[in-house]
Amino acid sequence: MTEMTEITSAVRTAETVAARLNRRYAAERRFRLLGLASIVLSAGFLVLLLGTVIAKGWTGFLQTQIAVEVAFDPQVIDPDGNRAPEVLDTADYPALVRNALAARLAPDADRGTRRDLSAMVSTMGAEQMRRMVAANPSVIGGRATLWLPASDKLDMVYKGQAPREVGADGNALSDRQLGWLAELEKTGQIRKAFNVQFFTGGDSRAPEQAGIWGAVVGSFFSLAVTLLISFPLGVATAVYLEEFAPKNRWTDLIEVNINNLAAVPSVVFGLLGLAVFLNVFHLPRSSPVAGGLVLALICLPTIIIAGRAALKAVPPSIRQAAAGLGASPLQIVAHHVLPLAMPGMLTGTILGMARALGETAPLLMIGMVAFIVDIPKSPLDPSAVLPVQIYLWAGSSERAFVEKTSAAIMVLLLFLVAMNMAAIMLRKKFERRW
Amino acid sequence: MSTKTLAVAAVALAAVATAGQALARDQIRIVGSSTVYPFSTAVAEAFGKAGKFKTPVVESTGTGGGMRLFCSGVGETFPDITNASRRIEPSEVEFCTKNGVTGITEVVIGYDGIVFMNSKAGPDFALTREQMYKATAKDVVVGGKLVPNPYKNWSDIDPSLPKEPILVYGPAPNHGTRDAYVELVLDPACAKQPELKDMEKAAKKKACQTVREDGAWVEVSENYTVIQQKITSNPAALGVITFSYLDQNRDKVKAAPVDGVIATFDAIASNKYPVSRPLFFYIKKQHVGMVPGVKEYVTEFTSDKAWGKEGYLADKGLIASPDATRKEQAANARNLGELKM
Repeated sequence: MTEMTEITSAVRTAETVAARLNRRYAAERRFRLLGLASIVLSAGFLVLLLGTVIAKGWTGFLQTQIAVEVAFDPQVIDPDGNRAPEVLDTADYPALVRNALAARLAPDADRGTRRDLSAMVSTMGAEQMRRMVAANPSVIGGRATLWLPASDKLDMVYKGQAPREVGADGNALSDRQLGWLAELEKTGQIRKAFNVQFFTGGDSRAPEQAGIWGAVVGSFFSLAVTLLISFPLGVATAVYLEEFAPKNRWTDLIEVNINNLAAVPSVVFGLLGLAVFLNVFHLPRSSPVAGGLVLALICLPTIIIAGRAALKAVPPSIRQAAAGLGASPLQIVAHHVLPLAMPGMLTGTILGMARALGETAPLLMIGMVAFIVDIPKSPLDPSAVLPVQIYLWAGSSERAFVEKTSAAIMVLLLFLVAMNMAAIMLRKKFERRW
Repeated sequence: MSTKTLAVAAVALAAVATAGQALARDQIRIVGSSTVYPFSTAVAEAFGKAGKFKTPVVESTGTGGGMRLFCSGVGETFPDITNASRRIEPSEVEFCTKNGVTGITEVVIGYDGIVFMNSKAGPDFALTREQMYKATAKDVVVGGKLVPNPYKNWSDIDPSLPKEPILVYGPAPNHGTRDAYVELVLDPACAKQPELKDMEKAAKKKACQTVREDGAWVEVSENYTVIQQKITSNPAALGVITFSYLDQNRDKVKAAPVDGVIATFDAIASNKYPVSRPLFFYIKKQHVGMVPGVKEYVTEFTSDKAWGKEGYLADKGLIASPDATRKEQAANARNLGELKM
């Protein structure tokens, strides 16, 4: 009898244990599934974001062009025939483009028709002809077939981003222009080519002439200033706080403040920049110098925190061994600790710089959110930066800026990915494990 | 190593701090209204392409923000021109004078219509200003009393309107467009309410100019593209937006006639369309001659090839003033006539 009870109780125990075990396994499976689901969800959002940007923006790297046989009419370009450069420079090239289009599409065009015709090509076409003449005046008098960039409206219609239905209401192009487009397509005189202007030009109000090079150069100058200021300052601060500073209430206070500073919204730094760098130091408004200084302030806490973590990771035995061989504290830091901590510090710096590259809010205050056409030549020239350019284009009413915005986002993401990759590679290559 | 980098940092800081002051500005700086920004930038670009001067830098700060920067003083660090989508206010002139900005020239560049538009897929609206007031004011008169706005659907205001919930996306108070909406829609409609006539001035102003906060009026402070995206994704919603945006996106959105008038170039230019307003820019006279190109920029802006009926600004959606007004404004601008309040 007792034996039976013992067996049944043992069986019961085994059953409860098994059931509990099952519950624990189920809980673990649920937990794993939850983690997996959150990864899938966030990956899904990322794919959605990238997908829309790429789907909307990849056409921004292409530019519609029309093949036109233009005549370099000496009567228009250089009526006196003495090839004076200023005459060649100011000649009426748009008229030549218009004439060439009219000859191809509507030989007996009246004024209104000619207006419609010239609305099909970008004003860059005339500029292209001017440059050809300037480079080689002997083209005057000849004829040439040129691929001229199309206007933004034709570009949108040809890329299928604006409606093309003849007779529909609210069309970007008139029915007559749509007819010309069909004719050009039939003879193969229209194509999509790589958009060189997008990578070499500055900002423009005409979407087909707008480029990001000005913003890229502006970003480069700003980040150069940021690096120059924040890296030495950050490293020096980290080294002092970690290696030399006594541990007392003051250093605690400083440490807390640095950690707080890392969490301050960036627009606050912009206000500080306006008050100090512009109003007190009178740095030029909208310049990468002012922008870089503000961004340096934003980066500093990140660099200091990452730097201190890297220094902490260097084992004390290295310091003790160096001290045992008679090295001074400065020698210990400069010869042993700092070189060993450098990969970690550089990683922190690159991540900080990547954050600085994506900032717009603080730059609003110091006037970098502006329409700037000229490509900056020095850090003192006014310039925009990449995220600002994206913001400005996103706010423009012209349809063609939608794809330009997404294309610029892709370029910015590319830079960010490259910087993060560099950080990872640095870490992989130089990381030391003890 | 740390001493070396410290030295580099010190040198860099010193260089940066001194370099800023040494340079004289050779580039025009323009600030102000986001409504005028597309026109101002187009002129700036054409002006820069002509090759004699650097392309001016144009910042879109909003009318109020632009005035504050413009009036902060005379000298290289302050802008030369500010764009405005409403007239300069006496208090702003006072602020200017206080900071030594004594000579200002005003230029009316043309007109802008404020349109109420919705998605082409949505219902057709035909609105009056009074209906817009009833739809968007915080408190309205019902049965002789001022009560919190009770209207939920458009059809509650007038049976001829669609049976759709009221949802209007409009500019936030930092936009000049908002000031114009208050001035051209809310105030005139309010003046027609007999019950509000006897109210004390400040209370009346509050009653007339406050917009709904119960979700029917949604403020958008970023830019017009955001409003446009909202109304395309929600066909029954209405957006309060400037005419140039409508003009660029006619395949996606349509405008409601206001008081029976459809917003077109001609209707706005001839003042038939009730919700239109002039656009301005203001020149700091003390900067003419100090910063190269200010006068030439003004000449470019006031030339017929820019602001004329067939000029390049018309392509951007600016509605040209009548010929006589343009001529008069151009002459005044080029002679730097003094602002008369």
